[in-house]
Amino acid sequence: MLIGKPTIIPPSEITSETLYRQRRQLLGLLAAGAVSFAASWVGINTSIAAPPSGPARRFSTLRPSPFSTKEAANTFKQITTYNNFYEFGTGKSDPAQNAGTLITVPWNVTVDGEVSKPGTYNLDDLIKPHALEERIYRLRCVEGWSMVIPWVGFPLGDLLKRFAPTSRAKFVEFTSLFDPKQMPGQRIHILKWPYKEGLRIDEAMHPLTILAIGVYGQNLPNQNGAPIRLVVPWKYGFKSIKSIVHIRLVEQMPETSWSLENPHEFGFYSNVNPAVDHPRWSQKTERRIGEFVRRKTLPFNGYADEVAHLYRGMDLKEFF
Amino acid sequence: MRDPARWLKPLFFTVSLLPLLVLLFRALFSDLGVNPVETLHHTLGDWTLRFLIITLLITPLRLIPGWNWLSKMRRMMGLYAFFYATLHLIVYLAIDQQFDWSAIDDDITHHPYITLGMSAYVLLIPLAITSNHTMINRLGNYWKKLHRMIYLITALGILHFYLLVKADTREPLFYAGLFCVLLILRLLLAGRKVT
Repeated sequence: MLIGKPTIIPPSEITSETLYRQRRQLLGLLAAGAVSFAASWVGINTSIAAPPSGPARRFSTLRPSPFSTKEAANTFKQITTYNNFYEFGTGKSDPAQNAGTLITVPWNVTVDGEVSKPGTYNLDDLIKPHALEERIYRLRCVEGWSMVIPWVGFPLGDLLKRFAPTSRAKFVEFTSLFDPKQMPGQRIHILKWPYKEGLRIDEAMHPLTILAIGVYGQNLPNQNGAPIRLVVPWKYGFKSIKSIVHIRLVEQMPETSWSLENPHEFGFYSNVNPAVDHPRWSQKTERRIGEFVRRKTLPFNGYADEVAHLYRGMDLKEFF
Repeated sequence: MRDPARWLKPLFFTVSLLPLLVLLFRALFSDLGVNPVETLHHTLGDWTLRFLIITLLITPLRLIPGWNWLSKMRRMMGLYAFFYATLHLIVYLAIDQQFDWSAIDDDITHHPYITLGMSAYVLLIPLAITSNHTMINRLGNYWKKLHRMIYLITALGILHFYLLVKADTREPLFYAGLFCVLLILRLLLAGRKVT
């Protein structure tokens, strides 16, 4: 005998998560619209971060990493609205406003050069064999500010090994997408496009070096270098190239965008080093975003125990 | 004709104060962005350069379209340049460097963009001090020579900005272009007397 009504609500009557999210998003947009309309009257610049394109994937099983810092992470808003990504404009808030034009699905990455098994892979196939980890890293920009960012990614070295580098693979060259239609900043020659970066092979194979596909447990927003970017936490931020389409293993030290732009100011290594000033400004201190008082910049951005041995015997003033 | 300066002066005064009011308003509502110190610092620097350019624009505007009433505004615009420069400097010393004098000293002696900015500010001080009627009368011919320094100060200010940017030099070059046009105009008009 049935007493009362069954308490189980049929699934059809529950608001689906997608619908729930859509409603939230609509409410959010309406509120943001009202605020920015009001703000525009008094000359205030409001920016709404562009939502990540492609499936808003949340990563459920993330392995924690012993390399993660215990320091408090910056907020999602700070990480996603204050970016240097000249492909979308040179102002700090430009990428969050303009990166909506970047199409990240489908996305292919080519790995070739000095490898036995070169190939071009769809992003999903490329990352499938790798267990994703959360890596909470400090990021130090050459301009003198820093953040703590919870990346989602996996070691670059693990990926490179799958392609079987040859003995002549001494360096790795990375290239960002070149498409002025999607990346309006590339219509102006500020840097030599496409953006290129490079690492020495031992730097690339170091377990701290990761390819990131997410931040705060979800897909990378476009302005942070979606859908896949490099993160090298002991080097200045510009080394951590965004929106990678090509990884090439090479014998000679590759050209990199910022040292092409100004070889006296931006070296190939660009390790965070308070003892070597940028020719135009000091590198001794930094402002952690969200903090008021400057803090001392640490050698190798605080990762000296892990990486200082890579540069033993090198004059870091000469190889800046 | 009635002197338009009578009502234009308070108007210019109020409008010139707006950039600061907007900044204060934004600070009050935590709307200075993710890096508020940088926003304050850069915005005040921008307005210093803009007021220097506006000050230089006044004499050509008096001579070419003949807007002579603007003569009453030149001192105010110059003093506003000094005002925004002072705020810009205070943000650098007090908020950015928190009076860390060894870091400030290192900056001034080793980093040319700071050296230039600081020199421009120091040169601006005597101009601000001698901007009143008493000093104009007392200094006579020497006053004009002294105040021509505004061209050097503006050039230093633009160079200070140019040396700060990493790669996108469009904005400082825009100021440099404006400055060159104004300098050329001034040289061409050098013979003409302002009544």
